[in-house]
Amino acid sequence: MSPLSSVGDATSVAGELPGDARREQIVDELRRHLGDALLESVVVPGVDVWIRVRTDAWRRAGEVLSDELGFTYFCFLSAVDWLPSPYGRGEDDPTEPAPERSSEIVQGVAGGETRLQMLARVVHPAHHVGVNLKCDVPDDRPTVPSWIPVFAGANWHERETHEMFGIGFAGHPDLRNLYLPTDFEGHPLRKDFPLLARMVKPWPGIVDVEPMPAGDADDEGGDES
Amino acid sequence: MTMLSDRQQLSYIAAQAADARVNVELETEGMTLNIGPQHPATHGTLRIIARLDGEQVVWAEPACGYMHRGYEKLAEVRTYPQVTTLVNRIDWLGSFANEVPFILAAEQLMEIEAPARAQWIRTLLFELSRIANVSLFLGDLGVQMGAITPVFMAFRDREYVLNLIEAATGGRFHPNFDRIGGLKDDLPAGFVAETRQVMKKLRNFCDEIEDLLFGNEIFQSRTRGIGVIPRDVALDYGLSGANLRASGVDWDLRRDQRLPMAWDKVDWKVWTHTDGDSFARCWVRLQETREATKLVDQLLDGLPSGPVMAKVPRIIKVPAGEAWVSTENPLGEMGYYVVSKGDLGPFRVKIRSASFNNISIVPWVLRGVYVPDIITILASLYFILGDIDR
Amino acid sequence: MTSALWAVEIPYWGQTLLRVLGGVVAVLLPAGTIVYVFLFKMMSFMQSRLGPMEAGPYGSLQLVAEVGKWLQKEDIAPERADRFIFRLAPIVVLASTFLLVAVVPFGPDAWFTNFETGIYYAMAVSSVSVLGILMAGWASANKYSLLGGLRAAGQLIAYELPMVLAVIGVVIQAESMNLQQIVVAQNAGSIFGWDGLGNPYLLTQFVGFLIFMIAVQAELTQAPFDMPIAESELVSGYMTEYSGFRFLMFFIGEFATAGVFALIASVLFLGGWGVPFAWFGWNGIDDVDNWMNVVGPLVMFGKMMLLVFLIMWVRFSYPRFREDQLQRFAWKFLIPVSLGNIVLTAVAKVVW
Repeated sequence: MSPLSSVGDATSVAGELPGDARREQIVDELRRHLGDALLESVVVPGVDVWIRVRTDAWRRAGEVLSDELGFTYFCFLSAVDWLPSPYGRGEDDPTEPAPERSSEIVQGVAGGETRLQMLARVVHPAHHVGVNLKCDVPDDRPTVPSWIPVFAGANWHERETHEMFGIGFAGHPDLRNLYLPTDFEGHPLRKDFPLLARMVKPWPGIVDVEPMPAGDADDEGGDES
Repeated sequence: MTMLSDRQQLSYIAAQAADARVNVELETEGMTLNIGPQHPATHGTLRIIARLDGEQVVWAEPACGYMHRGYEKLAEVRTYPQVTTLVNRIDWLGSFANEVPFILAAEQLMEIEAPARAQWIRTLLFELSRIANVSLFLGDLGVQMGAITPVFMAFRDREYVLNLIEAATGGRFHPNFDRIGGLKDDLPAGFVAETRQVMKKLRNFCDEIEDLLFGNEIFQSRTRGIGVIPRDVALDYGLSGANLRASGVDWDLRRDQRLPMAWDKVDWKVWTHTDGDSFARCWVRLQETREATKLVDQLLDGLPSGPVMAKVPRIIKVPAGEAWVSTENPLGEMGYYVVSKGDLGPFRVKIRSASFNNISIVPWVLRGVYVPDIITILASLYFILGDIDR
Repeated sequence: MTSALWAVEIPYWGQTLLRVLGGVVAVLLPAGTIVYVFLFKMMSFMQSRLGPMEAGPYGSLQLVAEVGKWLQKEDIAPERADRFIFRLAPIVVLASTFLLVAVVPFGPDAWFTNFETGIYYAMAVSSVSVLGILMAGWASANKYSLLGGLRAAGQLIAYELPMVLAVIGVVIQAESMNLQQIVVAQNAGSIFGWDGLGNPYLLTQFVGFLIFMIAVQAELTQAPFDMPIAESELVSGYMTEYSGFRFLMFFIGEFATAGVFALIASVLFLGGWGVPFAWFGWNGIDDVDNWMNVVGPLVMFGKMMLLVFLIMWVRFSYPRFREDQLQRFAWKFLIPVSLGNIVLTAVAKVVW
């Protein structure tokens, strides 16, 4: 039975009930430990669960999940920058003036209030269910507590997030660059950091979204595969 | 106490200073050894900085990033079908396996499912890429230990698998065959019979390697008890794949997740080992390769007929949402967290690659080992640079 | 004297010249043959590939191509290397091989020197290469080379002892340290009265033979004892910084030494240049015909190739030991076993 077909389908929700109940139970347990530090949660039955916590409870949430609820497998830790890229997809004609683009920040699943959000995932090794954790990173002082006391493996993930997004991790013993040279300036995965290759040379493979004129069977300017 | 003259004082100080210099020169505080980035032992440009005391490692740390290509940033400027080409090249030995989690994540957001035949063929190619990947590991294991002959047998037998993948997809190393909604093409004629032959050869190869390498006393004394990773440390660092199973954790994403692939429709076994040392990791991979050949045979037996592509629009726009899909890739758990805003391309793709976590444990596991054991442990953890550096 | 072969008077300087040339040939010809037959062809066939096929028919001229390639490379020395020692090291290593081949007899009269303490001299001189390797490792001003040189020094010294102890059993049986005497004792001897095979010490000294071959494998730093040149770790160990002609000297030295050790092993255990005297009715060294001076080297060559085949076969098959395992094997296993072998041989000699 495919989990994809379970979204919004009443009969398969009934069939998916064990997974669904389990995820609801996880949210309830976490809320019991964190209280109102757990801001929002979304459960897609049979698929996944997203939980957003308050920034100061970031490490505490990890501790609860790891020590109390048995989520001891550390999958990954990263961040998302919700600012829409001012460069679009780097397909603009450099001779034309830059088109108008919306710079409205809209967060994704489980909401949020800031431009940067932490994203982490931990999994329960016996029950094989995972939890996606999110938390806001304050815009004025982008620092969150480090997860190293909870998961030793968060070390490299936090170093990478730091160099790519510019988020500080309080309590990290050695926050150096992982991939980039030490004197690199800027934070590449932020949306306002341009993809230099596209700045230097315009991208030739632009996908044409105009509807095809009737009678033409071939692709024209489309580069979809 | 007589008063020392200035001259006496100065000569005393000079003697002390000279003594201190000699002490510093003689003091064997430890040598810093750089293994890599150009080195025959590392699967690519990985640099390990090790501080040694004689032949023992006091402190070691990998310095990666020599091959960082910025895939997460690049994926943001591509359309969904274009990302497949990009993502092929993360783990370049088992390349079809990289495409699958991303395609599944996009399909999950679009709420479509590939037809049954496409799912089975996807699983088939996935397992073939696993065999291609791990058979190179088995050969390379010999070279790292000093046995130069098994690697030639590995390459010879791996060629058969690569020929199969090329016959089906057109590319030996970078197939770029998966499409959102199914596959690009159906299998060519004669593929099924040929694959059965090749699987027989590979089972022979696995038996050969087990005799030649794993049964060798020197190999055993080089790998048993070396680099033991206990179960809770392995989970803490997010080790995955054979590394985790060798530490006694019964974890296989093919069995534990319910993805629209064919793993739950065939019969196969998950191999674990309790020791958690280098030998266990290598042994588990050998058994998995053999198991994969049996999987392929069963998949060939049960291959359903039908179309290989679902009805998808010509220009693919994935609805807004977030999805995470991970699969049991040859190297470990590889997953994609895809954030979509209803656009032609993804808004953010977080690539969770197996070797990144597998190698993050290196500073912990290399404390106190001998220099030759560094190579053994790295070989048994099995990483691909593209997977670490993305 | 070699002059007896053609019953021609050769002046002393001529004899010396012949000896020197003969020594050079005795070292380089086996080296070349070993490299082609075993390294290029046998290794390739064992790895299910063909090996060099382009240069000459079946790649027979590949060696010429390799030598030419190495000779025309730039002679690089690292900036901080100790120049004099850096240049001297390969010469020292190669010199020990030439010194070693001087005591090997190739026929009843075809020998270079006939020391009474031949084997003693041989064992002593084979250690000179350790010096050369240490010099190479230190003078390269490279941490990898230093590690390789230190590993090599420890290993070679550790395996000298089993080699010497294994030889003592042969010396006890032959009642002489002279290599010519050892050959004669084997070929003129008999096993419990049956002299169809002579008395090759391979049969009675089987343990000694095994220990000797293992020790030789370690002395040549061949797998499974090739920690010093652990290719996948240290690149080339002590040879990393060498290029051009100097590397060629190391390379030739490795295979020449393999050939010379195999020659010595065939003298000690397989009966050397001789075939059992009983086949031709000879009773002692003086009865042996003169044509044995020509056939002897060929017989030696054949026996050498057989032993080098064993050495190379093991080299291509086994992974390598770690040094502490290597050392443990030498000190805790090989030396006690070889001591036991000596005791047994001595007792058997007295009893029978």
